[in-house]
Amino acid sequence: MKRIFGRTKSLRPLDTHYCSGCGHGVVHRLLAEAIDELNIRGITIGVTPVGCAVVAYDYWDFDCVESAHGRGLAVATAIKRLQPEKVVFTYQGDGDLAAIGTAETIHAANRGENLTVVFINNAVYGMTGGQMAPTTLIGQKSATSPLGRNEKTEGYPLRISELLAQLQGVYSVERTAVDSVYGILKTKNAIKTAFQNQMENKGFSLVEVLSACPTYWDMSAFESLDWIKNKMSKVFPLGRIK
Amino acid sequence: MNREQRTEDRGEKVLLSGNEAVAKSAIDAGCRFYAGYPITPQNELIGYMAKNMASSGGIFIQSESELSAINMVFGASASGVRAMTSSSSPGISLMQEGISYIAGAELPAVIVNIMRAGPGLGNIWPAQSDYFQAVKSGGHGDYHCIVLAPSSVQEAYALTFEAFVLADKYRIPVIILGDAMLGQMMEPLSVHSQEFIVHSKKLRTKSWAATGCKDRKPNVVKSFYLNLGDLEKFNLKLQRKYKNIQQKEQRYEELNINDARIILVAYGTMARLAKQAMVSLREKGLKVGLIRPINLWPFPQKIFQRLAISDKRLAFLVIEMSYGQMLEDVKLAVNGQQRVEFLGRSGGGIPTEEEIIKSSLSLLSS
Repeated sequence: MKRIFGRTKSLRPLDTHYCSGCGHGVVHRLLAEAIDELNIRGITIGVTPVGCAVVAYDYWDFDCVESAHGRGLAVATAIKRLQPEKVVFTYQGDGDLAAIGTAETIHAANRGENLTVVFINNAVYGMTGGQMAPTTLIGQKSATSPLGRNEKTEGYPLRISELLAQLQGVYSVERTAVDSVYGILKTKNAIKTAFQNQMENKGFSLVEVLSACPTYWDMSAFESLDWIKNKMSKVFPLGRIK
Repeated sequence: MNREQRTEDRGEKVLLSGNEAVAKSAIDAGCRFYAGYPITPQNELIGYMAKNMASSGGIFIQSESELSAINMVFGASASGVRAMTSSSSPGISLMQEGISYIAGAELPAVIVNIMRAGPGLGNIWPAQSDYFQAVKSGGHGDYHCIVLAPSSVQEAYALTFEAFVLADKYRIPVIILGDAMLGQMMEPLSVHSQEFIVHSKKLRTKSWAATGCKDRKPNVVKSFYLNLGDLEKFNLKLQRKYKNIQQKEQRYEELNINDARIILVAYGTMARLAKQAMVSLREKGLKVGLIRPINLWPFPQKIFQRLAISDKRLAFLVIEMSYGQMLEDVKLAVNGQQRVEFLGRSGGGIPTEEEIIKSSLSLLSS
């Protein structure tokens, strides 16, 4: 029988540790598919974060380097500068990229490092138990904002993609959401384009993906998808930012 | 003194500051990645790298912070390239997390600390008050860095060269621990001739490096071992490595110890003042010797242990630009079997030759 669909080569046939309804597994797969469709598995080096996705290298079947919390873009900068013929990407969460690693993020972007960044925004710290993230919405309850995020004391959800888009060194910034089949396909295209940008030496490309965390949003998987669509996307509008 | 430099190597004589000698040595040793952030008193080092790294075929990056610098070194080393960063005390404090990750991922790297006085912002005068941080490991977890302490510009060149060899050999971070005096002073030195300079392309490729998995199984560079038992197993492997290094890499210089009643113990530039005091005391007919640890980790315990159990009564006078840090390692090695005394100043104060002579004389008469 003719095989018309299967697991892509860059994704190992393993069960993930992610909670049901989590977006990480979906985005891991999209990344792997993009890599295989571009036929770059042998020259790809992934940099994984600290956060829920730290062991993404267990699921991906290509070279990876684990970075300290927030330092992914410093690590990736060195790898890409020394190996310009390779394809180097970071995979980072909102705490990693937009809180502890803000300086590394902004400066790698401003230097115009020829890198691909996949930024998972789920508005919460997942691995440590659902604490407030820089991207937590106003009023959203978390382990460290039990009454809901209050802008007077905790500030506003950080739209770091819009902030990065201001920098001259940045080539492209796009925000997508894995909240529907359409959103998933859009996300895959965005990731693939961000890799192509790097292969064409166009420079720093970032894809922000709004992704569900049903466990720490205290919702069902379906409710989570609705919440992305009706709440999160209002604060973090989808589309090409730059 | 120059251990790496072979006798047949007739390299040219140059005049450089300690900071520049370290930078030149790194490039001569095949270092092809440097990231750093400006801080006094090591700015000549980053300046030399900015001027010379690109023309040597390497990458120079002025990073946005020391945190970023050490993590860039992590990425460079993970790429299989000889990599270095440098800073001075406060900046080295910022790097500690990254150094722990480098140790945990078993990456080779060279980190230069041209020490200034602390705590806090302190000042930019010479000090040796980061000894604990360097040799006891300033970051989290059970790890060690090899720590080398040059006392002259010539030795700074030699030990930096050797640092890269040791880092690769043991897959371990190596710290060059100098001070503002060493970094800033200029001395003539002979450098390797072309014949002995390392060409990075000729270095053995590192099979574990992340270079893309074309034609082989994927490599992962990491320090995370979540499953119970895995980390303990890995840590025991690290401990075996450290034990092996402790056996093989104890370096020191000894002078006049055979007939000595007092042995001065000092490292780095402090040892040069101690040596001068020893010469003056010898001229007075007093039996004074010197031990100068070259490796601070592993500490050269064996020589102290041998002297500690000798029948002869001895006194060690440990001299530091700190309030007694290496002192603890000397005491551990001597293990209460001989007298150990201390002379130290810090915050920019440096024990003088006269103070060393005075302390030695009072030890001899007590």
